[in-house]
Amino acid sequence: MVELIARTPCQALLPLEIGGVVVREEDVGRLTSIMPYRGQHAAVSATLKAAHGIELPAPGRMYEAQCAQAIWFGRGQTMLIGPAPDAALSRDAALTDQSDAWAVVRLHGDSAEDVLARLVPVDLRAASFSCGHTARTRLMHLAASITRLDDRTFRIMVFRSMAMTLVHDLKTAMEGVAARR
Amino acid sequence: MRIICPICGARDRREYYYQGDAVALQRPAPDAGEAAWDAYLHLRDNPAGVTRDLWYHEAGCGSWVVVTRNTVTHEVQDTVLAAPVNADNAP
Amino acid sequence: MRVADKGLIDRSRPVRFLFDGTAYDGFAGDTLASALLANDVRLVGRSFKYHRPRGILTAGSEEPNALVTVGRGAGAEPNVRATVQEIHAGLEARSQNRWPNLSLDVMAINDLAAPFLGAGFYYKTFMWPSQFWEKLYEPVIRRAAGLGALSGRNNPDKYERAYAFCDLLVIGAGPAGLMAALLAARAGADVILADEDSRMGGRLLAETDEIDGKPGAAWVDAVLAELGALDNVRLMSRTTVTGAYDSGTFGALERVGHHVAARPATLPLETFWRIVAKRSILASGALERPVAFRNNDRPGIMTAGAVRAYLNRWGVAPGQKVTVFGNTDDIHRTAHDLLAAGVHVAGVIDSRHDAPDSSDFRVFKGAMVSNSSGRRGLDSITIRSVAGEDRLATDCLAMSGGWNPTVHLSCHMNGRPVWREDILAFVPAADTVPGTAVAGACNGAFSTAACLREGAQAATAALQALDRAVPDVPLPHSEDAPYRIAPLWAVPGRGRAWLDFQNDVCVKDVKQAAQENFRSVEHMKRYTTQGMATDQGKNSNVAALAILADATGRSIPGTGTTTFRPPFSPVSIAAMGAEAQGKGFAPERFTTSHAASVERNAPMIEAGLWYRPSYFPAPGETTWRQSCDREVGMVRNSVGICDVSTLGKIDIQGPDAAALLDFVYANTFSTLKVGRTRYGLMLREDGHVMDDGTTARLGEHHFLMTTTTAAAGQVMRHLDFAHQGLRPDLDVAMTSVTEQWAQFAITGPKSRELLNGLLDAELTDADWPFMACGAVSVAGVDGRLFRISFSGEHAYELAVPSRYGDSLFRTLVARAETMGGGAYGMEALNVLRIEKGFITHAEIHGRTTAFDIGMERMVASGKDCIGKTMSRREGLSGAQREQLVGLKPVGAVRQLSAGAYLFQADDDPVRVNEQGYVTSVAYSPTLGQMLALAFLKDGRARHGQKIRMVDHLRELDALCEVVDPVFFDPDGGRARG
Repeated sequence: MVELIARTPCQALLPLEIGGVVVREEDVGRLTSIMPYRGQHAAVSATLKAAHGIELPAPGRMYEAQCAQAIWFGRGQTMLIGPAPDAALSRDAALTDQSDAWAVVRLHGDSAEDVLARLVPVDLRAASFSCGHTARTRLMHLAASITRLDDRTFRIMVFRSMAMTLVHDLKTAMEGVAARR
Repeated sequence: MRIICPICGARDRREYYYQGDAVALQRPAPDAGEAAWDAYLHLRDNPAGVTRDLWYHEAGCGSWVVVTRNTVTHEVQDTVLAAPVNADNAP
Repeated sequence: MRVADKGLIDRSRPVRFLFDGTAYDGFAGDTLASALLANDVRLVGRSFKYHRPRGILTAGSEEPNALVTVGRGAGAEPNVRATVQEIHAGLEARSQNRWPNLSLDVMAINDLAAPFLGAGFYYKTFMWPSQFWEKLYEPVIRRAAGLGALSGRNNPDKYERAYAFCDLLVIGAGPAGLMAALLAARAGADVILADEDSRMGGRLLAETDEIDGKPGAAWVDAVLAELGALDNVRLMSRTTVTGAYDSGTFGALERVGHHVAARPATLPLETFWRIVAKRSILASGALERPVAFRNNDRPGIMTAGAVRAYLNRWGVAPGQKVTVFGNTDDIHRTAHDLLAAGVHVAGVIDSRHDAPDSSDFRVFKGAMVSNSSGRRGLDSITIRSVAGEDRLATDCLAMSGGWNPTVHLSCHMNGRPVWREDILAFVPAADTVPGTAVAGACNGAFSTAACLREGAQAATAALQALDRAVPDVPLPHSEDAPYRIAPLWAVPGRGRAWLDFQNDVCVKDVKQAAQENFRSVEHMKRYTTQGMATDQGKNSNVAALAILADATGRSIPGTGTTTFRPPFSPVSIAAMGAEAQGKGFAPERFTTSHAASVERNAPMIEAGLWYRPSYFPAPGETTWRQSCDREVGMVRNSVGICDVSTLGKIDIQGPDAAALLDFVYANTFSTLKVGRTRYGLMLREDGHVMDDGTTARLGEHHFLMTTTTAAAGQVMRHLDFAHQGLRPDLDVAMTSVTEQWAQFAITGPKSRELLNGLLDAELTDADWPFMACGAVSVAGVDGRLFRISFSGEHAYELAVPSRYGDSLFRTLVARAETMGGGAYGMEALNVLRIEKGFITHAEIHGRTTAFDIGMERMVASGKDCIGKTMSRREGLSGAQREQLVGLKPVGAVRQLSAGAYLFQADDDPVRVNEQGYVTSVAYSPTLGQMLALAFLKDGRARHGQKIRMVDHLRELDALCEVVDPVFFDPDGGRARG
């Protein structure tokens, strides 16, 4: 009898702690891309609210409910994080399973912002990028989604195949920040 | 250089892919004739001054953006989405 | 010589360092320059061209002379300015451009040949014969004239880059910058204060002026203490803002590790910052001008401001018997400061007849220094006045020709500075960098009070622009002496009077340029090399301009300035390219089968950013060809496994999904049945082929497109453009699923047998005909199966969520091996597709049309699509086109090669006779011969003819037969069966 064994994107690569900053792989459950069809934004948002307790997020925002998060993920796209999507959502939106497509890590520590300042060309200062803010941008050369979870924690998502490069880039930046202190 | 993405806000130009003149949005009809197609595909002005060109927010939200800018001062005057945003279909 | 009880150095922390192998002592807070002067070391370098002995001229980053090499081995760094390098334990510095040593430099012979080495010497002398230039002249000149050298080895140091954002960037932390930062900080704005010095304060650290009755340095400390305690302020010392760019972006180089003893390997040497500021204030101060007179480049001759800085900031007297020379009231401060510190002042030579008097030292009014002497350092000067010439013994001359505002950054966006006759200097024009205001000495306001005032004004304006309330901050009291100056650029007379110390450009060189009609300042610059050294003429450009203006009978503003470009001071390539060091050069993309492939000793090759196995060596195989031939045979006779996850996969859904596909593909997809897959050809709008791949219809409104590995990003961009830019009316949603699925080709006559032992439901021919697709279950995991073939064999591609990729690959390969098959790599994949005449980007390389590859009938007639109109254009089809053909060698040939050209058998193999070219080549173990795909003029009509293949680079020459590109199983029965 064949059994397929699952591996996570960052298996054997994380956790990593340098200078009080920690990177951990995050198990967030299902990732589902939701792309509403023409004119269905409000309808999809209502369905999402009814089924999972959250509306479709505005650009650059993450909305959170008890067991689900919705991260704005690009033009006309939301990533539902956590539960399997309610079937009713597929009526008015394209749903695409992306649970295995992204490496999801959490960067946590007092100087997490300084670490990302070495990698990301976006203003991530708390005043302009506060808790629940999210951005699609680059992390070094990688296409990334970056979300602030609290004043010292960020969620970083990159393509699964580039998990090793993500860890390399984070490690280099973390070492540089740590060595300054 | 920073370009204001109508969806994401001001972003470093490294997040964008540069395409070329925004005339690419005015695709001629299939039977418009060779001259129209030649102009559409190949003939470009090289203005010292205001130009409209297409940038793709590739490392961002994935929008095609029409950027009006001045090639002399490098001032970005205006940025709009290439696709008209449907009022009830928020980005 | 160190002066007791003076300076801001920490005398409780002595520091020992090496210069040219000799140990010296200094204190924490010293620069290499101040420590060397404290140890009475005056000779620190040799000049670029004449190898003249040189000392320290300045106390800042504009230093032209005192360039040293710091460190040893691979990371040794040349051309470090001794005035910038802080000393630390273990610091090892060496002088440059001398052999065998600094005091005895044999190339000093150049100085004797000086009459021949003036401006334009090289251009005029080394013109003929031209082939001598590269081989002889240039290497010899480069060896004789030059700066320090790199080690030539890989730089082991770490460099970093970073981004910063703020409301207000203040450039320079002198009185103006500090005052501006203080005001903005109290207003609550996010402030970055950047200063190139290790210690903030600017001239307040170098002068004895008081602020509110306290020493200037004490006021600086108080302001910095307040700013440092605020969360909204970032103090960036040792950070040079090097360039002003578009949209409020500034480049800045921070020296992070240069001053750190026993620097850890993880600490960057430098960080290159990109700072984005809503507003900025340029408070970069001013740079002092030397005066050009005969032999003004001797060690011991320094700028007056530098002498005050060494005295007041570092507690160093650069001489025991100092003279002062200049044209401003400023120079008299130098004499007063020296006297107060107990240093003998031999005289003040002021070119102005109305110079102030002094009872403390001798003032030579209306006099000038006309010459200097001393072998390796100054021992006397010649003073010329109406009374004649006098010699005066002195070991240090403090000179000043006035001050130049540091306008550089204000000119980085095409701004031109404006001339102010009252201060005989250029100042920034208004608004040359959008959002940037100028304040203080940089704006030509030279008194401390004026600097503080302008700093506050600039900050007020910035805060108003930022919509912030302006706090009431009283201006502290300080000196407000007017700046009085009379023109003094060059002392008339014979001999060489230096302008550009670093590039050895003298007054007579500029005059010669004017004489030879290089009257434009840009021409003069290039003819004389004035201002082209690493200091970019910071000390000398304005004086050179004044000489040129005089020589050409124009005014200084009428002559104009050269163009200031970034960087303000040198930035190492390593810092600018910090992100690309080592593995930072490019991301690495790994498939889920990577580890298993490496375990099987497969050499991994790059495919775009991906790494894919080249071949899987079996025991006993010593060459790639052996492995490749075996793998091809395995696929043709049994079953092979290949990871194809790297192909781009795009999920396309929506009511108009089929319509969009019809628009972007040349052929039609709206007619494709659910559960079927179709090959698609994608054109560019100009009618050439862009990409190809298969697209599966998973549901009525749901398609899955595959792209080639290399073009995945390009196709996604193209689809987004086609949708957003050209057909926004279509209701369709697209997203990449390349990473979601691990996909493996199971290829060969036993592929179905293999899968039937693995899938949870049995495959039958009726349910899974050629080109079928659908959902399957693999060990309880939901997957997708596609019956498609890139080898011509009966084959499938099986996709599972990526988390199972590693496991599925191992399972598939293990099963294949029990059936006489196994894993195959890129080499075998390539041979298999060439045997079948399948194209890749070797063939669809951007210049081929659908006609060229024999697919013009795929361009559907009943619909419009991208590229259709132009593909029918004259010249893009027809007999004159080079068309895809197969080539087989006639008789024994050594090799066929991709990139080789084709010629008629009896033609000369020269360009005008070219008939086509070879794109892909393989040895086919199936057919037992070399095969090639090629493009040949009118090729489809020439099957059966002979053609000559010539590879001029590899020196191959082979006669080939032109055949159909499908070499193997031309009717396709194996794939369908």
